[in-house]
Amino acid sequence: MQYFVNVTLTGLTEGMVYSAFALALVLIWRSTRIVNFAQGSMAAATTFIALALIQAGQSYWVALVVALLSGLVLGAIVERVVIRPVEGGPELNAVIVTLGLFVAIQAAIAIVFGSAFQSFPTPFGLEGFQVGDNRIALTPNSVWVIAAVLVTMALLVVLFRFTRIGLAMRASAFGQEVARLLGVRVGRMLTLGWALAAVVGSLAGLLIAGGEFVYPAYMDSLIVFGFVAAVLGGLDSPIGAIVGGLILGLALSYVSGYVERGSALVNVAALVILMIVLLVRPGGLFASSTARRA
Amino acid sequence: MADTRAHGSTAVATDGGTAAGPALLEVEDLTSSYGAVRALDGVSLRADTGRITAVLGANGAGKTTLLRTVSGLVRSSSGRVVLDGEDITSASVESMVGRGMAHVPEGRGVIAELTVHENLRVGALFRGKVEKSEYDRIYDLFPRIAERRDQPAHVLSGGERQMLVIGRALLAQPRILLLDEPSLGLAPRIVAQIFGLLRRLVDDEGLSVLLVEQNARSALSVADVGVVLNLGRVVVTDSARTLMADEDLRHAYLGF
Repeated sequence: MQYFVNVTLTGLTEGMVYSAFALALVLIWRSTRIVNFAQGSMAAATTFIALALIQAGQSYWVALVVALLSGLVLGAIVERVVIRPVEGGPELNAVIVTLGLFVAIQAAIAIVFGSAFQSFPTPFGLEGFQVGDNRIALTPNSVWVIAAVLVTMALLVVLFRFTRIGLAMRASAFGQEVARLLGVRVGRMLTLGWALAAVVGSLAGLLIAGGEFVYPAYMDSLIVFGFVAAVLGGLDSPIGAIVGGLILGLALSYVSGYVERGSALVNVAALVILMIVLLVRPGGLFASSTARRA
Repeated sequence: MADTRAHGSTAVATDGGTAAGPALLEVEDLTSSYGAVRALDGVSLRADTGRITAVLGANGAGKTTLLRTVSGLVRSSSGRVVLDGEDITSASVESMVGRGMAHVPEGRGVIAELTVHENLRVGALFRGKVEKSEYDRIYDLFPRIAERRDQPAHVLSGGERQMLVIGRALLAQPRILLLDEPSLGLAPRIVAQIFGLLRRLVDDEGLSVLLVEQNARSALSVADVGVVLNLGRVVVTDSARTLMADEDLRHAYLGF
C-alpha cells in the first residue's frame, strides 16, 4: 500500500510537468495549427540561462524569473522570425521548420554552454515528508513543482477567460479573418501566444531539471511525453493537456514501479500509449474539432 | 447613435441611385483578381448615408470579391476605395473597423469556440471598455440570442448565427455595415425578420448598409438602391423600385 502511494505520488508530480509541457504545445497548436517540436530545445536553452546565472552566484528565484522572461522573448522571436513566413502555408513546411529549429537550438546550447552533464539545483529539499513512521515520495520540491504548475495554469485561465487580451487571443486563434475584420491585431496575438507558450514550456523545463543533470538534449524525452499527453487530451484542449499529462505521469510511474525492469520501458510505454490513443480515439479525450467544423 | 437620426432621414433620397453630394463609401474603377481570374473589372459604385445599397448578381459575379476588396482582405490591382472622403484603398484590414466600416463576411463568421456573449465582446474589443447597456441593446434587438448568451456559439441555428454576427458588427458602432449574403440558407421568415431589422436601423439610427445578395427579390424589397453585377462589371445601377419593375433585367440577371 505504501509503495502504491509512493508510486502514485511520483506519477502525479511528474505528470504535472508533462501537463505543463503539453499545455505549451496545445497553446501553439490551437492558435497556429503547428506542433512546435522545438519547444523542448527552447526550454532547454532557458534552463541553461538559469543555470549560468545560478553558477554565477544568483539565487534560484532570480534565475527562474530571468529564464521565464527569456522564454517569453525567445518564443516571440521564434514566431516572428521563423514561423511567420510559413504560417498559413502547407502544414508540413511548419513541421520541418520546427524540427530544424529543434536541432539548431540544441546545437547552439552545446556551443554556448558545452555538452557536459551539469547538475541543476532545486530550491527545496528532495527528502520525502515524514508521515507516521514512513517517508513518503512527496518531497518539498514536488510540492513546489505541483504548486508552480497549478499557479501558472490558474493565471492562464484568468488571462484567457477574464481579460480582453485573452479574448483577443482566442478570437485570433479560432477566427482569424473575423478577428482582423473586427480590428484585432491578429499577428501580434499569435506572437504573444507563442511567447506565452514558450514561458510555460520553459517552466516545465526548469521544473523537470530540478535535482537532475542537464545537458543540451535533456528535454528530448519530455518532448515525447508532452506530445503524448497533448495528443491524449486532444491537442486542442488545455484541460485535455492537463488531464493527459496526469494520466501519462501515473501510467509511466506504474510501469516503472511495477513492471520488472520497468524504468527501461518508460519511453516505450509512452509510445505504446500514443499508439493506443491514435488507434482507439484519434481525436483524443477532449477534442473540440467537431465544434470547429460545425 | 440616436443623435444621427435626423441626419440619416434627411439623407434618404427617394429617387434612383445617382444622389448628388459626397458618398459615404465610394468605389472607383476597382479591379482585382483571385489568382488568374479577374473577379472585378472596373467596378464603380457608391453607398450613401442612411441607405441600403444592394449589390446583386449571380454566383461568380464578383459580389463577395467586391466586399473583400473594399475591406482590404483582397488587394485591388487598380482603382480606389474612399470612405467618407478618405482613401482607404491600401489601409490595413485591422484598421477598417476603427474607420467606421464593419464587414460581416460570407458564411456568417461566428467563432464557434467562443460563447455567444464572447462573440459579441469581440466586436467591441477595439473600442476598449464598453457599457453593459450596449450589450443589452443588442440582446433587445435579438432576443433569441439573449437566451443563449452563455452557450458556445456552435449551438446556434443559422438564423441565430446571422443575428449574432450582425449584433457583433453593430457593437463596433459602424457607420457602414458590409453584409455578405445574410440570407444564405435561411428560411424566408427569418430573412424577412433580419432585413426588417436592418431597415429599422437604417431609418431610425442613420446606419448605412452595403448588402451583397444572390437573393435579389428579398434584397430589392428592403434596399434603396440596387447595383447589378455581372462577370465583374456593373450592368446597371438604379433605385430598387425601378429595378424591381424592370422585368427584362430581372429575368436576365437576377433570376426572378
